[in-house]
Amino acid sequence: MKHADVIIVGAGPAGIAAATAATRHGRSVLLLDDNPKVGGQIWRSGIKAASQHADKREDARRDKVLNALASSSATLLFDYRVFDAPAPRTLHALRETEGGAEAVTLRYERLILATGARERFLPFPGWTLPGVFGAGGLQALVKGGYPVRGKRIAVAGSGPLLLAVAVHLSEQGAQITSITEQAPLAQLMPFVASLWSHPAKILQGIGYRSALRKTPYRTGCWPVSALANEVTGSLESVRFTDGNKTWNEPCDLLACGFHLVPNTELASLLGCTLRGDFVQVNDQQQTSVTNIYCAGEPTGIAGLDAALIQGEIAGLACAGQPTGFLLARNAAEKRFAKRLKSAFRLRPELRLLAAGDTIVCRCEDVTYEELAGRNEWTDAKLQTRCGMGPCQGRICGPATQTLFGWTPKSIRPPLFPVPVSALCSHDSQYDVLQENA
Amino acid sequence: MPETITIWVNGVSVQMAPESMVSAALLKAGVPCRRSVTGELRTALCGMGICFECRATVSGIPHRRTCQLICREGMVVESDR
Repeated sequence: MKHADVIIVGAGPAGIAAATAATRHGRSVLLLDDNPKVGGQIWRSGIKAASQHADKREDARRDKVLNALASSSATLLFDYRVFDAPAPRTLHALRETEGGAEAVTLRYERLILATGARERFLPFPGWTLPGVFGAGGLQALVKGGYPVRGKRIAVAGSGPLLLAVAVHLSEQGAQITSITEQAPLAQLMPFVASLWSHPAKILQGIGYRSALRKTPYRTGCWPVSALANEVTGSLESVRFTDGNKTWNEPCDLLACGFHLVPNTELASLLGCTLRGDFVQVNDQQQTSVTNIYCAGEPTGIAGLDAALIQGEIAGLACAGQPTGFLLARNAAEKRFAKRLKSAFRLRPELRLLAAGDTIVCRCEDVTYEELAGRNEWTDAKLQTRCGMGPCQGRICGPATQTLFGWTPKSIRPPLFPVPVSALCSHDSQYDVLQENA
Repeated sequence: MPETITIWVNGVSVQMAPESMVSAALLKAGVPCRRSVTGELRTALCGMGICFECRATVSGIPHRRTCQLICREGMVVESDR
């Protein structure tokens, strides 16, 4: 059993900022992450690799934030996956090591959820082929040591992440054949114009473009299918459309994601009220459950700056400190988030990409035609097993939300598969016995 | 720290930089991670522990998410074939 005044789930920018703020004011902090390293997705460190276009300003800021965390009293726990909240102020986390799996009980006075976001994937014919990755997904794998030098990569989907991914892959020696953004230019323009009020963000944008001078950046186009070589079975080309004409683009890999969706499963399990897709918070980042706070992407897709500010607000609030001085900056970031959302709004044609035999639920291999006749999420689960595999609907849930307008519900423990041996481990059993006594 | 780490993917050695992920070693070796319930070969998709496509048996433990697992010298990885 482990205990702290404040437990923070997620060691990305929001969680780090929260941990630093709360420890600065004397609170004991446990900062957990399911990954083996600190930084979350945006500050994923990975292997040492040469980077010609390193953004020094951004690196300096990251180092400053990470150094502040390192010199704080926060305890970092990696490879901890929270799968249950069996009682008030109690979490159960799975810890898997090469020696086996164990469940660990964690107790808190206050909890901060900084669980980040994941990519939205939309099914189209061929999206399950080896060689088709998420956009951020491929970037993470390359940071993890997957060599892409000399490979032809098409980057497609939606969102500002596409540019960042293309720059990173190109720095690692890949040949980016094109960057394809589904949003039409007219929809993007107000967002691009609004960047003038965020000078740092536009500098970043210019850096991206200059690194990819020769790569076409197409707007208002989207992938319709990924095609495999008949002999090798591996990805050979991607078919794109602008709504009128279609064309094939040969490539070795496709990096494709449709912007981001928030990770709100743990918040839902804890009974925090959602507003739309996001966790509802007040200006202290407090959720509808009084001792639970939430910061960063689960409260609205707003990016790095918002995550750092909201994490600090949550950390200070948990330590009983004033947060008013940060509210104006947070409000500005929320306005940025609103523009981001409207700029990268998904076009309706994306709902029509899946063919009848296209797999929608990759865990259970449930096809589009099996789902098309179902009424809603629970009906689909019961009749087809959609969303009932190991990812527990994290990939097909947002996909069916876009395709059919379904809202995934009934979040229940365990939040992902846990070995029975871990559930039987002493720490977890002790806790359950205590609760039932 | 050694220059490279050697891990074993389906009995074949793969050289990786320190701090590499097991999922990256499978991709470098050109080996899919798993077969889906209808028999399709799959590789990692999300790269961040969400999608479960990168599952493989590592050091005898099945269903490890290889995109959240750092390569250690001599590690033995078995994928579905």
